[in-house]
Amino acid sequence: MKVSLFVTCLTDLFAPDVGLAVVKTLEYFGCTVDFPTAQTCCGQPSYNNGFMDDARALAARMIEVFHDADYVVTPSGSCCAMIRDHYVELFRDDSAQRKMAEDFVARCYEYVEFLTKILKVDLTGLTLPKEEKFTYHYTCHLRALGLTGEPTIRLLQQIGGVKFIEMEKAEQCCGFGGTFAIKHSDISGAMVRDKVACGSKTGADTMIVNDGGCAMNIGGAGHRTSAPFRVQHIAQIIAAAIEHSAEVQHP
Amino acid sequence: MTRALETSDPKRRMALPVFHPDFMTEAHVACADERLHAALDNSVTKKDYGRRSTLAELPDANALRELAGQIKRHTLDHLDYYLELLERNVIQHGGQVHFAATSEQANGFIVEIARRTGSKLVVKSKSMVSEETELNDALTAAGIETLETDLGEFILQVDHDHPTHLVMPVIHKNAADIGHIFERYFQTGYTDDPQKLAEMARVYLRNRFNQADMGISGVNFAIAQTGSIVLCTNEGNGRMCTTRPRIHVALMGMEKVIPALDDLPVFLKLLARSASGQALTQYTNIITGCRRPGEHDGPEEFHLIIMDNGRGKILAGAYRDTLRCIRCGACLNACPIYRKVGGRTYGSVYPGPIGALLTPLFNGLENHKYLPHASSLCGACFEACPVKINIPEFLIRLKGDQVQQGITSATERRIFKLWAWVLRHAWSYRLSQYGQRVMMRLIGNKDGWIRNLPPPVSGWTAQRDFPMPPRHDFRYLYKQYRTQQRGKSR
Repeated sequence: MKVSLFVTCLTDLFAPDVGLAVVKTLEYFGCTVDFPTAQTCCGQPSYNNGFMDDARALAARMIEVFHDADYVVTPSGSCCAMIRDHYVELFRDDSAQRKMAEDFVARCYEYVEFLTKILKVDLTGLTLPKEEKFTYHYTCHLRALGLTGEPTIRLLQQIGGVKFIEMEKAEQCCGFGGTFAIKHSDISGAMVRDKVACGSKTGADTMIVNDGGCAMNIGGAGHRTSAPFRVQHIAQIIAAAIEHSAEVQHP
Repeated sequence: MTRALETSDPKRRMALPVFHPDFMTEAHVACADERLHAALDNSVTKKDYGRRSTLAELPDANALRELAGQIKRHTLDHLDYYLELLERNVIQHGGQVHFAATSEQANGFIVEIARRTGSKLVVKSKSMVSEETELNDALTAAGIETLETDLGEFILQVDHDHPTHLVMPVIHKNAADIGHIFERYFQTGYTDDPQKLAEMARVYLRNRFNQADMGISGVNFAIAQTGSIVLCTNEGNGRMCTTRPRIHVALMGMEKVIPALDDLPVFLKLLARSASGQALTQYTNIITGCRRPGEHDGPEEFHLIIMDNGRGKILAGAYRDTLRCIRCGACLNACPIYRKVGGRTYGSVYPGPIGALLTPLFNGLENHKYLPHASSLCGACFEACPVKINIPEFLIRLKGDQVQQGITSATERRIFKLWAWVLRHAWSYRLSQYGQRVMMRLIGNKDGWIRNLPPPVSGWTAQRDFPMPPRHDFRYLYKQYRTQQRGKSR
């Protein structure tokens, strides 16, 4: 299966390890992965702040860049939601572009969605190097994609050495919201402190956060307050389990 | 251009009253108030979980929400027709109908009815739309004593305060606050026992119901086909207000009409579940007209005031679906921002996500420029809305209007335009990513985090650390990885 990675601008700059983990895990599950280097940003910040013309230009660019892709997979739920929720609507007055947008949207998947819906992976048999306690933050834009947190939790629990602990208010927004975190930083700060408190209460070593922006926000607030957990994308955990399992089999 | 609130009493110039114009300052104060956060978690967050679990009891809550939204949309698309039908049927059952273009006109009708009927004491059941018109002030100014009889509203009235939630008006006060308010008002000893406090109000109000000449209620739904109004309450005071006094006046926003009696169960199934996690409110009243010849009780006159007050303007534009709102408050309970700032911060009679949307629509975007941005766009409100108003999407649209109308600041526009240009070319994107990485690695600490970012992004580090970009970006790591792989396979 041929997959093109849309790594997203935040992951590119701030969390390249997540991008690499996505590549490695998709390859492990039998995909051929390529990375179109012309890609930049999906246009979400422009759209969310009301700059529709800019968002439209960036959307057209995305469609062009991924023209040849069979599947486009991204580790960030919010970027995927931007594409799926808004791209077609952005071209409502341009039937040719709209058709291309529809075609593009149908090929775009969020990482966990792709693993569970298309690849239908089973992680049973993979094991972490050592036992670890996990909790999970439900990133809000999965709502827009009609996705629950259940697939991520199910995948996690299939991996040996994972102890999963549910978090209070797991579905409550962490307060990132793009420019919201800066424009309304007081509110955003109060929200993310709530999230960090809930995460700390679980006693987990790791909070799974499958979105670049939310991870920066919760990670940053966690670091400021010396929270006892680290923030990871599930691709990083799967990659670690794959690596460990390979070492065990071929030492 | 942003127009400042100029006059000493600016709220009278707008469709909705504004209690304070400064969202940012209020938010700053509320965000530091951990007592408030705990209180809100204990009330609204719990109600939100209640909503989810009672909706889950229905065979298909999502389909029901879809249906409710469609009924509302249909009604709004044919509002003239249904309002006329409602008017005809109210009149047929002995009632009188008054159309008010503005809140002043609505208040004027009510004051006039009170005067004509010689009403000295008015008892009111809970009505958000009467908060919108500031009816109590109008009646009081006309020398007519007006008494709120919903317990929450009563507490607020004697404390000269405003509701901060659509269905739980007094959510910002705890039992001790209320104890002190009643101690002052009733001149009795202090107690913070909720049972005793409720009893004090009950005894007092029961007596006043018997003295009242006129009762004023809101309207949860008005049924065009039958000319009935529907009131959903939990305390029973609404039933007292609408049956005991000689005159009953019901005040409604014109979007509250639904076509037929058959539509009502759809909304009843959703309203209480969404509002408070109840299957139904304790009292559901369907009131059709007034006392008929030969009947022994009920009011002698029934008046229905149907108010526009800016709704017609919204109906005609791109935001029609916002008028679907049934004021259940579910979006407030679900909202992570409301849970941190409470209702007062919004400064409007309609707080929370729906308030952030309706307030600028009613009062002008230029008067509430921060409200459309007071959302992380998490979508919890849309998920909670029983009539499926896509609040986040409408808030984004409002921001689009701000850009179009030049309300967005020049600095912000410049930054976004530049950023969008940068993102349109791979080379400028990579140059910009490189520049950001170098600069951030310069100001970052050894631990990999940045403690202080410069304006305009300093808000981030005022609240939390910012991650320092690693030495290499993904592109570099990816290339390296591919090179390694080729080396291995050789």
